[in-house]
Amino acid sequence: MRFLSYAWDWLKVPAQWHGSGGIPVRILEQLYYTGLSLLIAALIAIPLGILIGHTGRGAVLVVNLANAWRAIPTLGLLTLLAVTLGFSALAWLIPLVVLGIPPILVNTYEGIAGVEPELKDAARGMGMTSWQQVRKVEVPVAMPLIVLGLRTGAIFVVATATIAAYIGLGGLGRYIIDGLATDNYGEVAGGALFVVLLALAVQAIFVGVRRLAVPAGLRQQARQT
Amino acid sequence: MFPTSRFAAVAATRRSTRLRGTMVGGAAVLTSLILAACGSSGGSSSSSGSSNPLAPSAAKGTVVVGSANFPEDELLAEIYVLALQAKGVKVTSKFNIGAREVYYPEVVKGAVSVIPEYNGALLTTSVDTNSTAATTTEVNAALKAKLPSSVEILNSSSAQDKDSVTVTQATAKKYHLVSIGDLKPVAKNMAIGGPPEFKTRHDGLVGLKKNYGLTFKSFVPLDESGPLTLAALKDGKVQAADVFTTTPQIITEHLVALADPKFNFAAQNVTPLVYKKAMTPTIVSTLNAISARLTTAGLLAMDKAVILDHANYSTVAQGWLKAVGLSS
Repeated sequence: MRFLSYAWDWLKVPAQWHGSGGIPVRILEQLYYTGLSLLIAALIAIPLGILIGHTGRGAVLVVNLANAWRAIPTLGLLTLLAVTLGFSALAWLIPLVVLGIPPILVNTYEGIAGVEPELKDAARGMGMTSWQQVRKVEVPVAMPLIVLGLRTGAIFVVATATIAAYIGLGGLGRYIIDGLATDNYGEVAGGALFVVLLALAVQAIFVGVRRLAVPAGLRQQARQT
Repeated sequence: MFPTSRFAAVAATRRSTRLRGTMVGGAAVLTSLILAACGSSGGSSSSSGSSNPLAPSAAKGTVVVGSANFPEDELLAEIYVLALQAKGVKVTSKFNIGAREVYYPEVVKGAVSVIPEYNGALLTTSVDTNSTAATTTEVNAALKAKLPSSVEILNSSSAQDKDSVTVTQATAKKYHLVSIGDLKPVAKNMAIGGPPEFKTRHDGLVGLKKNYGLTFKSFVPLDESGPLTLAALKDGKVQAADVFTTTPQIITEHLVALADPKFNFAAQNVTPLVYKKAMTPTIVSTLNAISARLTTAGLLAMDKAVILDHANYSTVAQGWLKAVGLSS
C-alpha cells in the first residue's frame, strides 16, 4: 500500500495535471504511441493470419517465427534503432509494432484455421467464392479469437509504450524514467499506476469491441466455450 | 552488438562508480545485462611482479596497486604499475576490484596501497557526501581535511573525467564556442540532452543557468553519456549534451567538450589515493611525476585505444610512459 501512498502524494499536486509534461498530455502521448503501433501491427498481422489460416500454407513456419519473434528484446531494439536510424518516429514505432504482431497474427491464424470444415463445406456448397468464404464465414467465425489477439497485443503495447521515454520522448514512461533518475518514487509510482489503469481500460474497451464485432449467433457459443 | 553498446556499458559503469546513487532500478539492471553480454572489460587482471608474501620485500617497498572496475581506471592503474616497476618497486596488482564502495575500505585498511581516484567523486561518495567543493583546489583541500589518517591523496593530475557541455565540432566552429559561457547568445535556440536527472540537478541545467546564465530552448532526457546521447548529438536532435570528458567518441565523432571555468561540474581530477604506511619517497615521486604529465587529452586518447580499438592495456600504458619521458 506504500506504493499507492507514494503515488497519491505525487498525484495530488495540481501542477502534475497541467502543461506539456502534465498527466493528461502524457496519457494522450501513451495512447498515440499505442494506437498507431497497434494499427500498423493489425494491418500486417490480420491479413497475414487470414491468408495462412485460409490457405494453410506456411502456417508452421509463420506461427513458429511469430513465437520466436516475441523473444526480440523491445528495449534493445529501440536503442539499436535510435542509434542507427536516428531519432525518427520509426525508432519507437518498429519495436512496438514488432511487439504487437505475434499475438494478433497467431490468434487470427488459429481462429481462421479452426473454422469447422463443415462450415467451409457448406459455404462452398452454396457457391461462395474463396473470397466470399473468407469474408462471410471464416472471419466472422474467427472474430472472437481475432479480437482476443488484438486485446492481448494492445495490452502488451500500451504497457510497453513506456519505453519511448527511454529515447527522450514522452508518454507515461517519462515519469518512471525521470522519477528513477531523481529518486522521486512518488513520480515512479504515479506513472506506473497510470500504466496499469490504462492497461485495464484497454481491457475494458476490448470487451466492448468484442460485443460489437462478434456476430450474434456466435456470442452464445463463445460464452459457453 | 552494435559498436557503441560496449561503450554504453563503459559509461554507465564509470558513472555508477563515480557518482553515488545515480544508477537505480531498471537502468542498473540494464547495465549489468549489457556488461554481462559484453564480457569482461578486457583489462589485465593478472599479477605483476612478486606476489609471494614470504618473499623478502625490497628496501624500496612493496605496493599493491588496485583499480576500480572500469577500463579507464584499470588503464591508469596499469600506468602506475609499469612506472613503479621501472623504478624497481615491487608491485602486486589487484585490478577490477569493484565500485568505490568496495575498494575504498580496502585502501583505508591498507590491503590496497595505491589506487587511481577521481578527487570529486571520492569526496562526495566516500568522504563527505554533503560537500559542495567544486574546484580542484577546494576538492583537494576538503579531502586533505577529511580523509581518514591512514590514507592521503598525492598530487592531482590535470586530467579530468567529468560531466561537460559537449557540442559537435561543426557547432563549435559556427558559434565560436570554446567555453560553456560562449553559449550565452545561442543557448536559447539549442536543445540540450543529458540523463533525466540533468534537468533538476545543480550540476546540470540549474547550475548552467546560475553560473553561466544559460537557458536552453528545451531539454531532451537521454542516457548517461551513452549511445543515445551520442546519437542525438550526431543526429541533430540536440545541439549540446552532457558527455563525460574522456568519452572516446569525442575523438571519433568529432565532438568538443566545452571548458568549464566556473566549475559547474565539480572537479574530477585523476588523483592517486594511497595508504600512507606503504609509501616511500620513490613511490610518491613516481606517482607525482605521472600526475604532472597526465592530461585530459592524453587520457582521452588512451581510452579510445583500449575501449574502441581494443588495444592491449600494457602496450597503451607503456606507450604513454615513453611518450611523456617517464620510461625509456
